[in-house]
Amino acid sequence: MTHNEKQKLEELLTAVEQRVPGAIEGSERPYDDLVILVKRAQCHEVLKFFREQGFDLLSDIAGVDLLGVEHKDRFQLVYILYSIANDLRLRVKVNVPEDDMNVPSVSDIWHSANWAEREAYDMFGFHFEGHPNLSRILCHSEFEGHALRKDYPIMKGQWATTSTDLMSHLEEE
Amino acid sequence: MGVKGTTVTKAETGVVTTRMDEVIKWGRKNSLWPLPFGTACCAIEFMGVVSAEFDISRFGAELVRFSPRQSDMIIVAGTINYKMGPILKRIYDQVCEPKYVVSMGACACSGGFYDNYATIQGINQIIPVDVFIPGCPPRPEAVLDAILKLQQKIDRTPAR
Amino acid sequence: MNTGRPVMSDARTDKTLSVTDEEIIARAQEVDETTLEDLDTEPLYINVGPTHPATHGTFRIFCKINGETIERAAVEVGYLHRGFEKIVETKQYTQVIPYTDRLNYCSSLVNNVGFCKAVERMLGVQITPRTEIIRVIVCEIQRIMDHMICVGANLVDIGALTNFWYFFNAREQLNNLLEALTGARLTYTYVRVGGLAWDLPEGFEDRVKAVLSEVPKAIADVSGLVRRNRIFVDRCRDIGVMSAEDAVSYGFTGPCLRASGVDFDLRKKRPYYHYDEFDFDVPLGEHGDCYDRIFVRVEEMKQSLRIVEQALKILPGGPINIDDKDIMLPPKEDVHNSMEALINHFKLIIEGIQPPAGEIYDAIEAPNGELGFYIVSDGSQHPYRIKCRPPCFYTMNALKKMIQGGMMADIVAILGGLNIIAGELDR
Repeated sequence: MTHNEKQKLEELLTAVEQRVPGAIEGSERPYDDLVILVKRAQCHEVLKFFREQGFDLLSDIAGVDLLGVEHKDRFQLVYILYSIANDLRLRVKVNVPEDDMNVPSVSDIWHSANWAEREAYDMFGFHFEGHPNLSRILCHSEFEGHALRKDYPIMKGQWATTSTDLMSHLEEE
Repeated sequence: MGVKGTTVTKAETGVVTTRMDEVIKWGRKNSLWPLPFGTACCAIEFMGVVSAEFDISRFGAELVRFSPRQSDMIIVAGTINYKMGPILKRIYDQVCEPKYVVSMGACACSGGFYDNYATIQGINQIIPVDVFIPGCPPRPEAVLDAILKLQQKIDRTPAR
Repeated sequence: MNTGRPVMSDARTDKTLSVTDEEIIARAQEVDETTLEDLDTEPLYINVGPTHPATHGTFRIFCKINGETIERAAVEVGYLHRGFEKIVETKQYTQVIPYTDRLNYCSSLVNNVGFCKAVERMLGVQITPRTEIIRVIVCEIQRIMDHMICVGANLVDIGALTNFWYFFNAREQLNNLLEALTGARLTYTYVRVGGLAWDLPEGFEDRVKAVLSEVPKAIADVSGLVRRNRIFVDRCRDIGVMSAEDAVSYGFTGPCLRASGVDFDLRKKRPYYHYDEFDFDVPLGEHGDCYDRIFVRVEEMKQSLRIVEQALKILPGGPINIDDKDIMLPPKEDVHNSMEALINHFKLIIEGIQPPAGEIYDAIEAPNGELGFYIVSDGSQHPYRIKCRPPCFYTMNALKKMIQGGMMADIVAILGGLNIIAGELDR
């Protein structure tokens, strides 16, 4: 990463602190990438701000289960953003406790969030508020539990009896 | 002609006598119509089997059909997961009798190295399998060998 | 046979049956909107897939159709979900490489490179110059092969079978080349963290040159047949159009995004392995339709040829593996002859590579687009979490939008151009 990029990212960090005061919990710089920790309640606002700042590509949303690791909350959501025009990469992290897994959906900001959030729901059980169609995507509809949670037994297969009824999916925008 | 139990009674008249059973088996084994139930990497190798270099038509099984009603051999090429299970069962049910199943590749045979919650550990848990082909993915020659094995099997079993 | 009267010629001379264009237009104008609504147009619900010959993979499109027009559609994936992200958590980093092969099985080597590059960045190692260039060569050969399958299969779907054989011929030769290099036909597992499994075989450079001279002919044959072909153009022009803005918002990357006219190629934007020193262009489309997606791929194959040519010229000598006993296994002859190397070998096999605790996101330009790996390490030999960012998962997300309002037959034309590979779609 060039010095210029680093500077731009640091400027963004100060800008977002001014724009959404108190939303930033901290920041990390692993391997030259900038990772911003954001409070869950304000993450939609912060992500929207980044979208306005030119981060037009939401590359991915990754859930992480930190069961058994010394950490405040059990789950983490990582939004991987990229700005095509400015060539900047940025990660936004949100901590999510186990007993309340509601997270505001960002599918109104990026279309790509639609399926990414469905996957995070399917695999970890994050509940995205405001998502147009929060249903399982990779596992079948009769699957119980969330496969990528650390306490889900790896060999516990579950039989499916029918295929999913997609009638309700038709009307989704 | 390759039909078992053939006797040529009068060579000059060209009359051949044999048992009905043997003729049916001879017809069946040399005109297998495969339904490629391709899901993953093995399906790409199956494309190689069908194309010119390996040429499955040398064994009479080149008429690839995508409708179960028109085929009598399912080649399950690729991983079958729990979500796909009911569909494979349904397709198998729709194939006309007599039907044969070839399980191509480690994933279909045993789950392969995907021993986890998503993958069915061998399709023989849901449908009967006639020939298993190991390999990840198997070489095209192995698929041809499986077809020869299946032909031997058809030859051994009495035709209904 | 010809005893009866010739039906056709009689019918044509029959005044009552002949209708002029003006009359047709006049009759059509008599039909008003209400009459059209009265027509029996009950919606029909139809499944395309999960096992459909034209879907090239396992996914399901559920459509509500009115006549031939798709009114609404729902796309369902997951029929090849095989738990990649769960099972790699129980493996060592080296053992993950074969699993990455089976993500996009049309270009396995690129996945190998993507994963190893991410782990190498975590470990903070710099691979040798020779390995870098070899990786470039194999990646670009794989890009050509991937595009050949994609374009060839897409053309088959819309009725142009010959092109597939032109491409498959050339692809089979490239396949033989990679088989000579790696020993496998499809799932190569050639790349290692910190280097490669082994060096290039003798005479490999000359073989590459010989085989690559065949590829432009295949490309010329195919584009000559279809570029201005009326049927092809009619089937593909203005079908499945994605505007640049939508394409970015849906998370398109790679050829699909560039077909919409967005100049985004990680090889140029975030150069790795000296891609910035190679002379190549990034082809861009204008309309973002099926036609552009196909021809962006065709052009990219030509650019990849250029890169391979240049890479062969500058291919340096020297070692292929880094000299670090915590990452690379010692050479076999040392293991057999020296106690220390034997201990190193056992230690590395049992304890595995152990990147420092932390997290990383690293992406490369795969044939389909941005292939990213988000890796969380807890410092142990097993990755704590690997999230793979498959390029076609996000392209697939947009399929619903692209087919709604179009015709049934357009589904296959659109699907082929997106190059959906179920292995990386569902992981």
